[in-house]
Amino acid sequence: MTIDWSWIGDHTDDLTTLTVSHLQAALSAVLFGVLISLPLAVVAHRIRPLRGFLLGISNVLFTIPSIAIFVLLLPVSGLTRTTTVIGLTIYTLVVLLRNTVEGLDSVPAKTKEAAKAMGTRPLRTLLTVEFPLALPVIMAGVRIATVMSISLVSVATYIGDGGLGQLFTDGFQRNFPTPVIAGVVLTILLAVVADAALVAVQYVLTPWRRRRA
Amino acid sequence: MIQFDAVHKRFPNGTTAVHDLTLDMAEGGVTVLVGSSGCGKTTTLRMINRMVEPTSGTIRVGGQDVTRQDAAELRRSIGYVIQQAGLFPHRTVLDNIATVPLLLGHGRRKARARAAGLLETVGLSAEAGKRYPHQLSGGQQQRVGVARALAADPPVLLMDEPFGAVDPVVRTQLQDELLRLQKELSKTIVFVTHDIDEAVRLGDQIAIFRTGGHLVQCASPTELLARPADDFVAGFLGAERGLKLLSLKTLAAVPQGPAPEGGPWTLVLDAANKPLHWASDDAELPVRALKDDDSLLSALDESIASPTGLIARVDADGVLTGVSSRDDIHQHAGQAHTEARVAA
Repeated sequence: MTIDWSWIGDHTDDLTTLTVSHLQAALSAVLFGVLISLPLAVVAHRIRPLRGFLLGISNVLFTIPSIAIFVLLLPVSGLTRTTTVIGLTIYTLVVLLRNTVEGLDSVPAKTKEAAKAMGTRPLRTLLTVEFPLALPVIMAGVRIATVMSISLVSVATYIGDGGLGQLFTDGFQRNFPTPVIAGVVLTILLAVVADAALVAVQYVLTPWRRRRA
Repeated sequence: MIQFDAVHKRFPNGTTAVHDLTLDMAEGGVTVLVGSSGCGKTTTLRMINRMVEPTSGTIRVGGQDVTRQDAAELRRSIGYVIQQAGLFPHRTVLDNIATVPLLLGHGRRKARARAAGLLETVGLSAEAGKRYPHQLSGGQQQRVGVARALAADPPVLLMDEPFGAVDPVVRTQLQDELLRLQKELSKTIVFVTHDIDEAVRLGDQIAIFRTGGHLVQCASPTELLARPADDFVAGFLGAERGLKLLSLKTLAAVPQGPAPEGGPWTLVLDAANKPLHWASDDAELPVRALKDDDSLLSALDESIASPTGLIARVDADGVLTGVSSRDDIHQHAGQAHTEARVAA
């Protein structure tokens, strides 16, 4: 299996476009996943009976095969990026929802109690005490969801999207390994860089965890 | 300042935490609620700022029924120091202290300036303000907890076993600081503890609770120690009730005279007439010089430790003013007791 470097040289623009498109799909999915998970997690955290139900649903959704999800979405959103992002978003929920609920659970009761006793109202406590303290656990979920989404984008090649995934079908159809290898390497690079970026974001957002006494 | 009127608290599980409590807490005084665990003292405290709602009865703070006020606003107007400080781990010390001023809508700058001033009030360095709670010792965290409660200058301060989690040496320091602060600030303080010595030390008024949420006796420390209402209170105060009472009386009234010449032991002074130690021909023993505002208990203790039975008395600068004998101290101790026990 040899790499045809001249093909890579001739296709840098395409590779760049595909990489950007790939990253956009993955990050959109994580962003929507977070936006959906945060309120659902608050509900699951506050209302115990709903907790198992909501986490159960996110588990069930995760087990639906990706092709099935895309097929089911076709009548709704067609062969578009929207379909890709909806599908990927559904998969992120399983980690994002669970981690956000666990993050909220991990906030010490004593600290919430203190906030209440100082006269902080529930919404403000949620935003300024509970979310910040849950952040490390939530961010752990965001990191997993991001890496998972980056690796899953390729599946959307079935519906004509798929970012770097298109390189796999291309290489497979022509029995030409170079695009496949380039696609794999770029996907891994994306995952590593995105994960490192999230670690940096968390570092910036949680100054109190930096200097452990 | 704070009035409990026939207050009853029964929890949903059926246990009665507070039983028909009627109690007045005077403005500017320290009321200590004391009793073994499960006696309802913490529940009583938490009903004042509506962390717990009473089942029946009324609680008034400054004449106003607490249940008729917005709970969050009420809590902002009452300082609260929680067991083990309960600081926000993700906020700097300064921002922890600024919590209530910020909630009240004071600007960030003003709130931080106020917080910086309070750091000094509770004996912390300005540098500590930039740290996070986990970087402080338990005692320092507790000081921050007190500063946070004082930040909005509330007239009432609730303290729920605030010094329970620190070692005895630090606890004594924190108690001293609280007494010093209270002299300056004259807050109405409600203090919960299970430590009777702490209660005697800090309280202007001590309320003793028995399991089941019954208030057994509420009185000044002296009255409580001299005339416990029943065997339960007497048992709770412990066997050394008499000595504890002496810890509340000062040495001031005990007569003093010049240090006697001759005898095997001499009190050695330095050039400024400050006591150094007791000396005999072949030995030296340390001396603990006492001031007028030291307690009769410490005088009794020192008179036992002293090889001559005499205690060295000094003025505020540590200069010798005279000595008092074991007999004089003993006599005053006995007198103090009798007075306390027959007083109406």
